[in-house]
Amino acid sequence: MRLELLKGLNAERKARRAVVTVTELKSGEQRLVREAEIGLDPLAEAIEKAIRSGKSGMAESGEGEAFINVYLPPAKLLVIGAVHISQALVPIARAAGYDIQIIDPRTAFATPERFPGVALHAEWPDVVLKARPLDPYTALAVITHDPKIDDGPLIEALRTGCFYIGALGSRKTHGRRVERLREAGIAQSAIERIDAPIGADIGAATPGEIAVAIMASVIEAFRKRKMFAERRGEEAAA
Amino acid sequence: MSEIETTRHAAGEAAALDVLGTAADWAASGRKLALATVVETWGSAPRPTGSHLVIDEEGNFEGSVSGGCVEGAVIAEAIDVIEAGEPKLLEFGVADETAWRVGLSCGGRIRVYVERLG
Repeated sequence: MRLELLKGLNAERKARRAVVTVTELKSGEQRLVREAEIGLDPLAEAIEKAIRSGKSGMAESGEGEAFINVYLPPAKLLVIGAVHISQALVPIARAAGYDIQIIDPRTAFATPERFPGVALHAEWPDVVLKARPLDPYTALAVITHDPKIDDGPLIEALRTGCFYIGALGSRKTHGRRVERLREAGIAQSAIERIDAPIGADIGAATPGEIAVAIMASVIEAFRKRKMFAERRGEEAAA
Repeated sequence: MSEIETTRHAAGEAAALDVLGTAADWAASGRKLALATVVETWGSAPRPTGSHLVIDEEGNFEGSVSGGCVEGAVIAEAIDVIEAGEPKLLEFGVADETAWRVGLSCGGRIRVYVERLG
């Protein structure tokens, strides 16, 4: 592998964009294919398939065997709200292999004592998201109950195509949220992407149970590859 | 932005597991390197396709292509590749006649592509 290729590969990975390398096993020739360039590659179809399944593997090229190595950004869980449920969610998310981050502008909630060892941002979500934007490989759970804090990131998650978007609140609370989102000009089809009441329908009642329910839904969305619009039943983005 | 990180444990762990990041760091410090990649697996293979192992000319390594079963053999081949420059495609498995020396006790079979890096 040429050093230039390695640098390009690491830059894409750092930017949390899907990228593949194609290695012609016979000649040793190698190329980097960025997400935006896949359509132009002679192996476009095989590359698309590999990215969608998340699995690296062999393909037949004109020259013989080619190895397609897929590098997808690691799944991340972003939680808006440093509340009791979030505390329960931290060890559960980690056990499932997710990098969890928490945002809450209310400094009484977002304290390192309540969240030891967690990437915690005691800031307004829009400030944090400007520096660390959402992406399709991020799951978002908004659980403050406060529209001032929850609505902004919710809209941003719908815009960027997060693979999971969940919002805490009763059906009544969610009804009011839907009204606000409609007034903000969000399409009905987008609003329907929101998992509310949040999490798998297991009758969860305690913070710990709700955390398990949320994690179950996040895992399901990830494994069913909901980071891709067509897997969500939407038209693929042009 | 007030980011509170009371420990860097998680980040440090991720960095240690980032073989390609390590490879770039090693290359930047002038070490001669090879990169080994699992390109195909059959049966129960310990590491999925795409897994990397980076090796320097002294046999230092980071990452894995199996559960430790064949790394020794891959490292030896990698040192050859660093010197010769030609990539190699290796195959390991119980069906292999070298199974008694190096092989996968799990019964799987893997192909590993070893190339010079840089």
